[in-house]
Amino acid sequence: MTQRNIHTNHQGNLMASTRRMFLKSAPLVLAAAGLVSMPAFAADTIKVGVLHSLSGTMAISETSLKDMALFAIDQINAKGGVLGKKLEPVVVDPASNWPLFAEKARQLLSKDKVAVTFGCWTSVSRKSVLPVYEELNGLLFYPVQYEGEEMSPNVFYTGAAPNQQAIPAVEYLMSKEGGSAKRFFLLGTDYVYPRTTNKILRAFLHSKGVKDEDIQEMYTPFGHSDYQTIVGNIKKFAAGGKTAVISTINGDSNVPFYKELGNQGLKATDVPVVAFSVGEEELKGIDAKPLVGHLAAWNYFMSVKNPVNSKWIADYRAWAKKKGLANADKLVTNDPMEATYVGINMWAEAVKKAGTTDVAAVTKAMAGIKFAAPSGFTLEMDPKNHHLHKPVMIGEIQSNGQFSVVWKTKTPIRAQPWSPFIPGNDKKPDTPVKSK
Amino acid sequence: MQLFKPLLLLLLLYSGLVAASPLAELAHADPADRAGLITQWTVQADGPRRQAVAALEEGRLFSSTDGNHVLLQGADGKLSDVDSGQPVAGDAASLDALPVNNSVRSALEAFHAASDLADPERSKRLSAIQALQDSANPGLLPLLLARQPQEPDAQVKQALLVASARLQLASPDATQRLSAIHTLADSADPATQTLLAPLADSASESDARVRAAAAQALLDLKNSQWRYNMLGYAFSGISLGSVLLLAALGLAITYGLLGVINMAHGEMLMIGAYASYVVQNLFRSWWPGAFDAYLLAALPVAFIVTFVIGMALERLIIRHLYGRPLETLLATWGISLMLIQAVRMLFGAQNVEVANPSWLSGGWVITPALTLPYNRLAIIAFVAGVLLLTWLVLNKTRLGLFVRAVTQNRRMADSVGVPTGKVDMLAFGLGSGIAGLGGVALSQIGNVGPELGQGYIVDSFMVVVLGGVGQLAGTVTGAMGLGIVNKILEPSLGAVLGKILILGFIILFIQKRPQGLFALKGRVLD
Repeated sequence: MTQRNIHTNHQGNLMASTRRMFLKSAPLVLAAAGLVSMPAFAADTIKVGVLHSLSGTMAISETSLKDMALFAIDQINAKGGVLGKKLEPVVVDPASNWPLFAEKARQLLSKDKVAVTFGCWTSVSRKSVLPVYEELNGLLFYPVQYEGEEMSPNVFYTGAAPNQQAIPAVEYLMSKEGGSAKRFFLLGTDYVYPRTTNKILRAFLHSKGVKDEDIQEMYTPFGHSDYQTIVGNIKKFAAGGKTAVISTINGDSNVPFYKELGNQGLKATDVPVVAFSVGEEELKGIDAKPLVGHLAAWNYFMSVKNPVNSKWIADYRAWAKKKGLANADKLVTNDPMEATYVGINMWAEAVKKAGTTDVAAVTKAMAGIKFAAPSGFTLEMDPKNHHLHKPVMIGEIQSNGQFSVVWKTKTPIRAQPWSPFIPGNDKKPDTPVKSK
Repeated sequence: MQLFKPLLLLLLLYSGLVAASPLAELAHADPADRAGLITQWTVQADGPRRQAVAALEEGRLFSSTDGNHVLLQGADGKLSDVDSGQPVAGDAASLDALPVNNSVRSALEAFHAASDLADPERSKRLSAIQALQDSANPGLLPLLLARQPQEPDAQVKQALLVASARLQLASPDATQRLSAIHTLADSADPATQTLLAPLADSASESDARVRAAAAQALLDLKNSQWRYNMLGYAFSGISLGSVLLLAALGLAITYGLLGVINMAHGEMLMIGAYASYVVQNLFRSWWPGAFDAYLLAALPVAFIVTFVIGMALERLIIRHLYGRPLETLLATWGISLMLIQAVRMLFGAQNVEVANPSWLSGGWVITPALTLPYNRLAIIAFVAGVLLLTWLVLNKTRLGLFVRAVTQNRRMADSVGVPTGKVDMLAFGLGSGIAGLGGVALSQIGNVGPELGQGYIVDSFMVVVLGGVGQLAGTVTGAMGLGIVNKILEPSLGAVLGKILILGFIILFIQKRPQGLFALKGRVLD
């Protein structure tokens, strides 16, 4: 196309020749722009992508992350923005459709030219956009706990790795305080996150001397609703000694599962269920009374008492009220929302430090950045592995759908994205490498 | 609270005088040991200890901001240090209460149970014994034994015997162990097996008589367990079958009798479920006192709403498509999408909460290993009722006669004066209405969201096709068969593989017998 344009204009007038000049030099200009970071040329805003499902099955969880991202951006803008410019959110809806995640990511990077993206929830959506970010050298902040086994130079992981959630939770269950569980029932939805997590947990339990006959693993399809025999199985399994259930059930299957538990009279004091994907937002629609005492492991709970947290919740609700969000006074916060908030603020800090939004420079500036998070801890981005140092908290469900923290680490702990419980991981480098 | 004040004052004085008052002891105990301390106090509960335990249970103990002190919140809301009893400035709302976790909670249960053993209420005594048995605290044995001669109720006495026998298994006296084994031999609790196993093992048990008795008891237990297991599988199979039947019954009429491939059938279930949601909310805001009855009111509402929608669909769209199955399929699929979207716009894309009325929560405990949840029992009874009504309508009413006549030979029926158009409309309405009733029942066991029907449509077709088109008996057999086979396969193969296997089985079956299990016999069936 360009070729033909030049050709037809070959013997043209002054107009045409300037155009030819421009066309010839265009690649040069573009190259220069690439060196001096794109947004420096953009008018007076820095574009920031928000890539969360606002429809489909994941909308339940991800919509609140979009709201949180917009809140954090407004807050930064109210303080004068970054590098003297306002942040401009570009919100897209990948509709819980994994291939569409990749398409929308490409659109954000090539068309909107965003400086950074905050997005994804499920591991499968992250895996879907990962090649796009690595190919176009974008920057993604991923705010949800996940199975590890990944460390990309183009991604910052602000959620928990297995050693910051799953393993401490199992250690707690095995402790005297947590009920000295001897047998473990690993129950999950049938996809990559539960399977990988359970693989790590099984190896971990082996290392603690738990034998295979004291571990049972079971998976159900997405949206499974008949948990009769599974709960019956848990009961029988529990007869063999103090049992804990480790649930990686995702999505709305949790409702029939917990209902069946209650109806079959399995109390948390007999067989505690610890869940890794059930938080304040998911409990909002459930009658929590039969669930009292069941556990969840996260790095933040809304019920944590500290001034940063109360101010954060109050500010968020005030912002939501101003924006006209439904039930603004009753909005809850949860762990992935906190991780989103921390991620955006750390990025803004890193941009200020680097003086540019260039991906390489910001990545370098991110190392070791600190932020006083609503969890009550000052979190630090690890200088090497792109993961946050996070405190681990174990909470028990209360009848009002909130959690009471029954155990937490004294200090944030460093993430081990390459779990030592998966063979071969000890040879993996502790620095991000492109996945190819 | 009024009663508490003087006691609390006393307690504060007391804690000021004595170095380690129970309150301070409990407050400063390591979180891991707190449950053990309460268990230890269960048999030696006195006033101050009860006070201390109550303070912990009610969340009136807080750790100070620096974490070095524990503060007690008095009845007046003021804070004081548990060690010195001195008032401390601060606001309890900003402090973390000492955690009451599962192990503390079960210790608390046993703590209260010890005093409930003599409660005049029978059920309270029974649950107290259960709690004491769960805590497996050998110190409780004298308490249980002392209670035995005083217990008037035979069943409660039996529970006492079992609870004390479990503790006596660890007794150093062989005859006591032996009698404990005999008591436990006919208990149906699966946990007993684990308790008896070490007694049958020569490595841990020296007395040969005890070993023999334990081995025999274990064998008996295994046999009775097997029976209860089978009973459990049968129940969950019938329960799943009844859910399938509920979903498929309406389809058995619209597809089986009228021959309409109704892809919007699942949405009728969904609308029925949403109808119970709406009725629930009405009850909640207008008649909260009668909330438990909302489900009964939801039944006619759901039936009427889906009946009317079904008739409207038939009149407006489906009747123009009779005899054109492919077009019907596409049209009804389109309708299903429209209905889903309409519900999404009305109620939002997220699932809505439909609460179980209290009479459907919990279950009927047959043995400790087998509990039949009330909501499942209710659904089985409900299906039986709906089935009976459907059968009566189809076989004992004039409408039913007409429906059967139209099904067998439309032209003949038409020419002898059956108003076929009206019959079609009513039959379709009936099928939809039954689906609506099914939706009310489904709202009690699963999620209610716009996509609820999508999860059941495939299963419903499977049941109808397997059972044979046009026969209620076939639908019932198909549903129960699928339910039971599914539940037999599930424990050994897992839910995912079990489902695949069943699908494969149905494909093979349909190859061999395309007309299904039961087929209508007749000359003019084409």
